[in-house]
Amino acid sequence: MTVRIITRLDIKGPNLVKGIHLEGLRVLGKPEKFARYYYEEGADELLYMDVVASLYGRNNLLDIVTRTSKEIFIPLTVGGGLRTLDDIKTVLRAGADKVSINTAAVHRPEFIREAANRFGSSTIVVSIEAIRRSDGRYEAYTDNGREKTGLDAFEWAIHTAELGAGELLVTSIDREGTGKGYDLELTRKIAKSVPIPVIACGGAGRSADISQVVWEGKADAICVASMLHYTAVKHLRSLDGFEFEGEGNIEHLKANKGFSKVEESSIAAIKKELAAKGILCRYPLEEKVA
Amino acid sequence: MKVAIIDYGMGNLFSVQHAFKYLEAYAIQTSSKKDILGADAVILPGVGAFGEAMKALKRLDLVGVLKDVAAQGKPFLGICLGIQLLMSESFEFGHHEGLNIIEGSVVRFGQERQKKPEYKIPEVGWNRIHATLHRSWNSTPLRGLKKGTFVYFVHSLYVKPKDASVTLSVSRYGDTEFCSSLLSDNIFGCQFHPEKSGTVGLKILKQFLERVAS
Repeated sequence: MTVRIITRLDIKGPNLVKGIHLEGLRVLGKPEKFARYYYEEGADELLYMDVVASLYGRNNLLDIVTRTSKEIFIPLTVGGGLRTLDDIKTVLRAGADKVSINTAAVHRPEFIREAANRFGSSTIVVSIEAIRRSDGRYEAYTDNGREKTGLDAFEWAIHTAELGAGELLVTSIDREGTGKGYDLELTRKIAKSVPIPVIACGGAGRSADISQVVWEGKADAICVASMLHYTAVKHLRSLDGFEFEGEGNIEHLKANKGFSKVEESSIAAIKKELAAKGILCRYPLEEKVA
Repeated sequence: MKVAIIDYGMGNLFSVQHAFKYLEAYAIQTSSKKDILGADAVILPGVGAFGEAMKALKRLDLVGVLKDVAAQGKPFLGICLGIQLLMSESFEFGHHEGLNIIEGSVVRFGQERQKKPEYKIPEVGWNRIHATLHRSWNSTPLRGLKKGTFVYFVHSLYVKPKDASVTLSVSRYGDTEFCSSLLSDNIFGCQFHPEKSGTVGLKILKQFLERVAS
C-alpha cells in the first residue's frame, strides 16, 4: 500500500499560520494559494485546521474551503471546532471531503457513531492530540493542546475506532512545530492497536523523520507543514509579490526568515526520499497539472 | 451537456459536482426521475453501506429508472459505492441484492481467508490501476493514461464481475488483485474516486463526457 503525504494548513481567520506547540502563531499568507501550490506539487491530501475556531466566526473558513474545492481535486479534510452534525454538514456542503473532530468527540463519544452513521465512516477523521506525561503515559488533549481530558490516548484511540472513526489523526503536541521528529512510540502503539489508518502529525524536521515514522512508527499517512511552508512562501512570492491579509505576526516574512529548526523541503523531495527508502507513495507524478 | 448526479442521501456529492462543473458540464444533484430521464449522462456516486444505499434507492423509487436508463444506453458512471450498486449482489453486512446492471458480486477484502489480514481495511489512499491482458484502454475513458497511474481509493469491498471481460483495470491491495474499474457498453464504473484523483481523475471524467458527446 502507498503512504500518503498530507499537507496540513493551520488557519486563523483568513490566514495560513504556523506556530510552535500550536502557540505563538506566525502568519504566512492566503491558505488557498498554498493549497493550490501543494496540489500542483503532488500533495496526496490537504488538511485545513481552524486553530482558533471557537474565537472566530466560520465564514472565513467556509469561504476558503469553497474556493479551494472548486479548483483542487484531491481529498480535503477540514477540522477545528466542529461540534454538531449540522456543523459537519455545513463544511461538507462547502466542499470538504472529510472532517476532523476532537473536542466534540471527547465530550460525547457517541457523536463519533452518529457522525459515522450519517456521513459514512470514511468521512470521519478523529483527531487525537497527545502529550507524553512524565510517567511515560500519554494523555489526550483538546483545543490544540490547551485542555486536558484525563483520557489515556491509547485507550481513547481504540474506543474511537470502535465507535466508527474512519481514520485517526494522531498529533504529538510535544513535537508539534519543533522539528525534532515524530513521536514514534505514540504513533506505533496507536497504529498497531486499531484496524483503521493512522495519520502521524507533529514534529517533522527533515525527510528522514518521515521515512522513520513510516518504518518504525507504522504510520499509514503523514502530515507535514513547517518543512513545506517556507519553500511555498518563496515560490508564491516569486510569482506575484505577496499579499498579506488581516492582523498577525508577519515580521518574520518581511525579514525573510524560515523556521530555523526545520529543513526546508518540498513534497517532491520528500517523496523521492521515501521512494529511495523503498516506501511506496504516489511518485513520480505522471502528469503535470495543466 | 446535462449531468444528473443521483442524490440519495449516501455521502457527499459536492466534490463530484465540482469536478463536473470544472469540466464545464451542467451538473446537478437530483433524485427526480424527470431529471434523470432528461440528462445526457447519469452519475451514481456514494459512500456508506450497500444495504442502506439500496434501501434509499427503493424508498426514492429510483431503482426502476436507473435500470431503464442503463438499459437504454445512456452513459452511466458508478463511483465507489456506485460501482458496487451496479452489481447483482453484495456480501457487506449480510446479503443484499443490487441493481443487477452488471452481473457479479461485491466482496470484502480478506473475506475469502480465515486469517485476519495484516493490512488496514478500508484501503484509504492512492493506488495504481493496471490494464488487463485482454483489454486495451484505447477508446475508453482511460485512454492515454500511463499504465499503472495512481488514483485515489477509499473502500473495504470490491466488485467481482461474472464476465471478466468487462474489467477495464485491476489494482492490488495487500495480497488481493481486484477490479478497480469496469466498462460494459454505456456502463462505466470506478472503484476509485476520479473526482479526488487530481489531473488523472479529471482526465478520466473528461473522457467519459466525450463519449457522451459523441
